Amino acid sequence: MTLFVDVVKWFFDPAHYQGADAVQTRVVEHLELSGAALIAGALIAVPIGLALGHTGRFAFLAVNVANIGRAIPSLALIALGLPVAFALQLGLGFWPTLFALVPLAIPPILTNTYVAVRGVSRDSVEAARGMGFSELGLLGRVELPLALPIILSGTRTAAVNVVATATLGALVAGGGLGRYIVDGLALQEYDRLFAGAMLVALLAIVVEIAFGKLERIAVSPGIQRESAAF
Amino acid sequence: MIPGEPLIRWDWIASHTDELALRLVEHVELTVIAVSVGLIVAFALSLLILRLPRLEAPVTWVTGTLYTIPSLALFALLIPYTGLTIVTAEIGLVSYTLLILIRNIVHGIRSVPADVREAAIGMGYTPRQMLRHIELPLALAVIIAGVRIATISTIGLVTVTALIGQGGFGYLILIGIQRFFSTELIAGAFLSVALAIAADGLLVLVQRRLTPWAHVV
Repeated sequence: MTLFVDVVKWFFDPAHYQGADAVQTRVVEHLELSGAALIAGALIAVPIGLALGHTGRFAFLAVNVANIGRAIPSLALIALGLPVAFALQLGLGFWPTLFALVPLAIPPILTNTYVAVRGVSRDSVEAARGMGFSELGLLGRVELPLALPIILSGTRTAAVNVVATATLGALVAGGGLGRYIVDGLALQEYDRLFAGAMLVALLAIVVEIAFGKLERIAVSPGIQRESAAF
Repeated sequence: MIPGEPLIRWDWIASHTDELALRLVEHVELTVIAVSVGLIVAFALSLLILRLPRLEAPVTWVTGTLYTIPSLALFALLIPYTGLTIVTAEIGLVSYTLLILIRNIVHGIRSVPADVREAAIGMGYTPRQMLRHIELPLALAVIIAGVRIATISTIGLVTVTALIGQGGFGYLILIGIQRFFSTELIAGAFLSVALAIAADGLLVLVQRRLTPWAHVV
């Protein structure tokens, strides 16, 4: 019970909203890092997924990359980002964490994009071809909009993973909310540890819910009407 | 990382085989306990869901929320209560297996064809016999698929428990980070991935042995 009181006190202490270690600064750092990794991951994974899904080639690779991604421990990714960042002379903190997070974001997005594009009904594809769509037009104006909800569902998985793993960035001197957990552990300050953990958990849940909403909005209006009609 | 230091010092690995073996045992132990306990809890909850379907939504919500909470945060939330112990590690690791295992067990048992069930009832099977001799064997392939995913994720998550004084191969990664010693770090990461692949292969063999009628891996 005293811990609970300590944690509440921690959240109401104005000192925790000032300077480099302020809560709002850490939240922004966490979101910047996660956002950058997610955007970079999506920029790599979506085009590859679209191309593989459209042509139907390398199916085995596209489907299994998500499983391979799951096997790679996040702590190891953070650790392996370190030598890469050192080799490029980018130092500690932001960059090694980013190098670790991008490969984490790619697998779920790539696999979902591939599966989604493959899952577009052949009738729609044939109809579009019959209407004289070019291959690129077909991909951009038929396959992509129809595949979007599933692509975003993969992006949601990636986003939650990235936000979770960004916490570990504090181990390689990164910022973000992981700072409170790692420092709280090191200093045995359980109020800081607990407050940090609550903030991280909350952020992950908020991200999950926000992407869930986005997914529903992204369903093509034509399909929304169609499913409403049934 | 340290100038002039090679990325991997093979002599360090050769002289530390005892420690690597020790970390392997730790890693396997943490994983086996987590997946076994997870399987028991998930099984009980699944049977409950199958009997009382209105429990499905709340159980999925709770296990889904647990699954969303980042591992380090979940461990950190437990530390004030259970300390830097294996109990903290296992509570976290077990929590993460539940969503996947329950989904696969429930889905596996539900997808037993209705006519098979009816035939069993017609032959006089009691609900308990039906579960044991009909539903479970037929659901086994899907259940083991869930166990494979849970095992792979757990092996990855075990590395994070190094931060709370456990960790198996994760300990090597953590020490490697702290000492800027790439050999130890890469060895820990590589061995953890290798263990995940080996465990997955082993489970595929188990599945083939237990369900010889299922050709799909």
